[in-house]
Amino acid sequence: MKLAFWRRRPEIACQQWVEMVTDYLEGVLPPALQEAADRHLDACPPCREYLAQMRRTISVARSLRDDDVPADVVAALARAFSDYGRE
Amino acid sequence: MEDAVRDRAIVERLRGGDEAAFRELVQRHHASMVRFAETFVPSRAVAEEVAQEAWVGVIKGIGGFEGRSLLSTWIFRIVANIGRSRGARERRTAPVSTLEQELAETAGPSVAARRFSGPTGQGEWAQPPARWSDVPDERLLSQLTIERVSSLAAQLSENQRRVFTLRDVEGYTSVEVCELLELSEVNQRVLLHRARSRIRAALEQEMEVRS
Repeated sequence: MKLAFWRRRPEIACQQWVEMVTDYLEGVLPPALQEAADRHLDACPPCREYLAQMRRTISVARSLRDDDVPADVVAALARAFSDYGRE
Repeated sequence: MEDAVRDRAIVERLRGGDEAAFRELVQRHHASMVRFAETFVPSRAVAEEVAQEAWVGVIKGIGGFEGRSLLSTWIFRIVANIGRSRGARERRTAPVSTLEQELAETAGPSVAARRFSGPTGQGEWAQPPARWSDVPDERLLSQLTIERVSSLAAQLSENQRRVFTLRDVEGYTSVEVCELLELSEVNQRVLLHRARSRIRAALEQEMEVRS
């Protein structure tokens, strides 16, 4: 006879966790793996740091944005827009 | 939905020849378009030309915009089309690898296996990551210049860089990125995972060298 509590819950090792981190952040892990990932994180400070570093990597990437557009570029494009309208 | 409503209003103004609306659109998207174009062509200067050519495409094509995708996605698709053909022309001799080749060539662990102990693929940390996730922004960015992070991103494989640029630099959703780059959800995630893992590893190295 099989008892439900004997069923092994999936356990994740650190080396597996680092390969799952994007799926974890994207929220696409199947529920059983998501729970296993959360359990692993609770018990593993280095993997918590690894997750925090991935989040930090994303926020550093966002800092690459520089949205300034040179005024002469805007002016030249605006001229092209108006000229096309007049054609 | 809000975006679609905003898009409709802008498109109406553009069709009416409203130059101020066009200037706003340029201010909002031009820098992002150049960054995206850079993932197709070999230099910033050519990327700038691609973006400008794309604006000409926008001006000529706005009359036919049907609103089936967001205006920004439509504009970025024009950038991708021009960037792809310009990129192919610029590096006439270099072989262009397919996505399958790129995925096969860039496969590998996110963290070197030697940093784990125990059975292969199931190891525990032997050399755990040093703490830097909580270093304040000012310190992190004073140690790592924006140029350095940009050059790390430039070293990614073609599609990794495109996905990373769109998702993490520009903030596009996975659905938009899949549509723009004609990728499956799974491939998009694989590329994103490899790109982020590589940038994280490079940042870790930089932080070690400088601390």
